[in-house]
Order: sequence, then C-alpha cells, then structure tokens
Amino acid sequence: MIIAEQKEISEIIEMIGDHKKVLVIGCNTCVTVCLSGGAKEAAILASALRLAFRVRGKQVEIEETSIERQCELEFVDTLSSAIKDKELLVSMGCGIGVQTIAERFNHLLVVPALNTNFLGLPEKQGVWVERCQACGQCVLDKTGGICPISRCSKSLLNGPCGGSQDGKCEINKEIDCGWHLIYERLKALGRLEFLAEIMPIKKWSTSRDGGPRKVVREDMWL
Amino acid sequence: MKTGSHLETLLGRGEFVATAELGPPKSADLQLIKQKASILRGFVDAVNITDNQTAIVRVSSIAAGKIAFDEGLEPIIQMTCRDRNRLAIQSDLLGAYVLGLRNLLCLSGDHQSFGNHPHAKNVYDLDSIQLVQVLKGMRDEKIFECGEEIRNSKKSDILEPRMFLGVAANPFADPFEFRVIRLAKKIKAGADFVQTQCIFDLPKFKQWMQMVVDQGLHEKVHLLAGVMPIKSYRVLQYMKNNVAGMSIPDDLIQRMKGAEEPKAEGVEVCCEMIRQLREIPGIHGVHIMAVEWEEIVPAIVQKAGLSPRPQIQ
Repeated sequence: MIIAEQKEISEIIEMIGDHKKVLVIGCNTCVTVCLSGGAKEAAILASALRLAFRVRGKQVEIEETSIERQCELEFVDTLSSAIKDKELLVSMGCGIGVQTIAERFNHLLVVPALNTNFLGLPEKQGVWVERCQACGQCVLDKTGGICPISRCSKSLLNGPCGGSQDGKCEINKEIDCGWHLIYERLKALGRLEFLAEIMPIKKWSTSRDGGPRKVVREDMWL
Repeated sequence: MKTGSHLETLLGRGEFVATAELGPPKSADLQLIKQKASILRGFVDAVNITDNQTAIVRVSSIAAGKIAFDEGLEPIIQMTCRDRNRLAIQSDLLGAYVLGLRNLLCLSGDHQSFGNHPHAKNVYDLDSIQLVQVLKGMRDEKIFECGEEIRNSKKSDILEPRMFLGVAANPFADPFEFRVIRLAKKIKAGADFVQTQCIFDLPKFKQWMQMVVDQGLHEKVHLLAGVMPIKSYRVLQYMKNNVAGMSIPDDLIQRMKGAEEPKAEGVEVCCEMIRQLREIPGIHGVHIMAVEWEEIVPAIVQKAGLSPRPQIQ
C-alpha cells in the first residue's frame, strides 16, 4: 500500500494562509491503515487547526470529512455538497488523492496535509518499510522475491556492492543490505546459481524515466 | 594487445606491476594535480585518478587524468555509476579516449549520502558489472549500448574507444562466499584487471585468494592487491568502526599504537604486506592507496623492492 506521513502542522497552517472556509478531507484506504490520513486523523487535524487559529485570534471555519478513496472519481464526487461554500481543501490523501480532488474540483485550491513516502508495508506497529518502486519491469523471480530496486540503496542489479557488511548497507547500519537478503534467500532455496548470471541492463523507460506513465487496456473498454 | 595501454603491456609481459592513486583537488587547483603527478612520476606504472571519491565534489577524473597524462603518468580513470547515466558514461569514455587515456576502472561508487551533497539524486542507470559490459562492447563489438555502431555516419569508419578495463573487488565485504562469485561475474562481463580493497587482514585475503585460484580466475584476469600505508593507529580504528567492508586485525592496531614513530611504522607495515602479497600465487601487482599521502609512495616503492619500474622502449 501507499505509505504517507503528516506534514508539520506549522506547514499546514502556512498553506491555509488567509483562507477562511476550509475543509479537511480524510481518505479511508491506505493512509487510514498507515495511521496518517484517515477519518480519525482528519478529525484530530481539524481540531488542532481550529485551536491554532483561535489562539492566533483568527476566524477560520474548519470542517472535516472523509471519503472511501480519494483516488477514485466516484468517491471524490460525493464531496460535491461538502465543498460548496469552501475556499480551500486540505487533502489528507496521498499525492494521488490530492491530485484527483484537484482535477475534479479545479475551481478550488487543494493543498496536501501529508507527504507521500513510498509503496510498502507495516513491518511492526509504528514502523513502515519500502518494498516497491513501481519500475514497471518486475525482476522478483530472479531475486528470491526480494526487490533489489527498492531494497538496495543503489538499485544494483548485480549486487551486493563492496559496502555490504554484517548484512547491513554501507549507508546506514539500520538498513539491511538488500542483496545480502537476496543471497541468503537464494541460498536457503538452493538457487544460488541465479546469482552467477549477469542481470541485463534495465530498461528504465518503463520506470518514471520514460515520462509520465499510463496503462491502457482496450479489453476493458466499454 | 587490446589497447595501447602501458599497464596492459607490462601485465602482458608478466611484470609485477605497481599502481598508486591520485586524488584530484576539491578546488580548481591545477598546480596540486601537477605536484601530485610529479611526486608519483617514475615510481609506479599507472595511477588511479579517483572519481569524486567518498561522494565529494572534486576535479573530474578525466580532466585530472589528462593533466597527469601530460605530466608523464599513465592514468587509470576511475568511473562510477553514481553520477552518470549510460549516455554520459559512453560520452565520457569517448572523451577520455580521444584525450589519450587508455585505462578505466569501473566502480559502483560510494553512495552520495557519504559526501558533501547528501540530498543529490543518484543515477545507477547501470551497475559496475553492466558498466564493464557496455565498455567492453564499445571496444570489442564496436557498438554502443543501444546496439548502434560507433561511427559518425554510415559512410564513415568505425572509430571505437579501446580501453583496458579494470574493476574493484572487496574480499572483506559480506557475504564472504559471494565475493568470488561476484569477481567471476566481473570477469565474465569483460574485466581485464582487478584492484582489490586495501588488505590488512592477510589470512582472510589468502582464504579469498585460494577460492579465486580454485576457480581458475587468476588465469583469466590480472589481480592487483590493494595496500594502504597508514599514519596512525587512529586511522585503523576509524576504518574498523566506520568504513563498511573492511577487516582490520586488532594486533595491527596494537602494533601501530606501540610504535615510537607511527608514520615510519606505517610504511614498514605496508612494505611487509607488499612483500607477503608478492609471494601469493596469482597476484600480478600491488595497488598502493596512499589517500592524501601521495608523497610517501616513492619511499614505499623503494623499500618494498619495487624500484626501478620497468621501462618500455
């Protein structure tokens, strides 16, 4: 899922600026699961903002709501009545949610309350880790189900580099060396021969490097 | 002969070679490059010109290499995958070749988080093994990575850059058993010579070397063993605690700690290491990494019995 975390409240206050009627919008999907932008967090942020503006002696109307998924137009459309008298929308969705709302209601300014971090999973309570960079050309079949693009700091395809020690990455002893993990997994699977092959040069054109991406499936067209 | 490289000629003749390192300056300091070059001239067969080492901005390895070349050195241009995509890599290789440079060392490169621009975007379009593949393809297949022939137009001659290609190997990084597999991949990709990480732990290096010899890799590539003269035990302690992929024995730290003249002792340790490495079957030379201590290299070369260096008529 998409992992995100809330921005500093001071930054959100600055984005609101002099707007007087504000709607804070939560999203009930990924950012709810990663505890950063669901209905509960939207209510907490709205309360904190109301308090902050009151302390500053500013009259700002802050309301909050939450929708099932900010990245789907059907759900975003349900906001139509809630946004009617608003001057500014604060999205607590990921970057996709912010943009979907901005596209749908393009007469209003939409600002992000979250920083979108990565595609990953909760490793344990309160800790989320990255697992996929959406490179568009999956190689997990050759690496024992561990992604070298997202888990090696250099995205090497023929690692580990010379900076791997005690299973940790050279950049930080808190980070596992992705290629060490791959080595151990393939060894356990009896598939070390995978590592003797040179992994070919990657076509990064399927990644972000090829420009904004689009998936078209004509078989799904109505 | 694959190239016009002096290093290739010497290794081909079976000479035990000596290489050193020249770190380019952190400013537009032409004189420093010339000064470092003049210290090393005549004492080693080739000199690595580092490429923004430890991810700190310096004079480019190709520019500094050209100056060193004009000063009479045989440069080995280091090229990392950190800062260049495949366009820049191939363009720089053509550039280095037309400037007369003939050796190139292919590296992944230290991650930018180590250096003075930790917020930079990194590249790693290729990894070091794929880099060797691309550069070998340019030399031997006379094609770019994309498959196009290296010529200006269909009617023009093919003019390919012919570089003697080196790689690094770190026998002390983990997983230990994988290190020889990785070296084999680098050789398969097209490496002509290898320079190892600096060796302080001789027993572990010998263990690695035995695996290299068992696989017959020493016959497919020229192996140059890395050594580093150290000025003080503190350097060893720092590296032991802070530099990933190093193996530093405690008794060496104690020896340096007990030395009355640490710098002289550091030179002695380095020369002893060179003599011992020279005895190991399959080692074809030494690479002396005197980081920011280039002026000590002539003394080491002489004391270790590596002087005079062979000349080619």
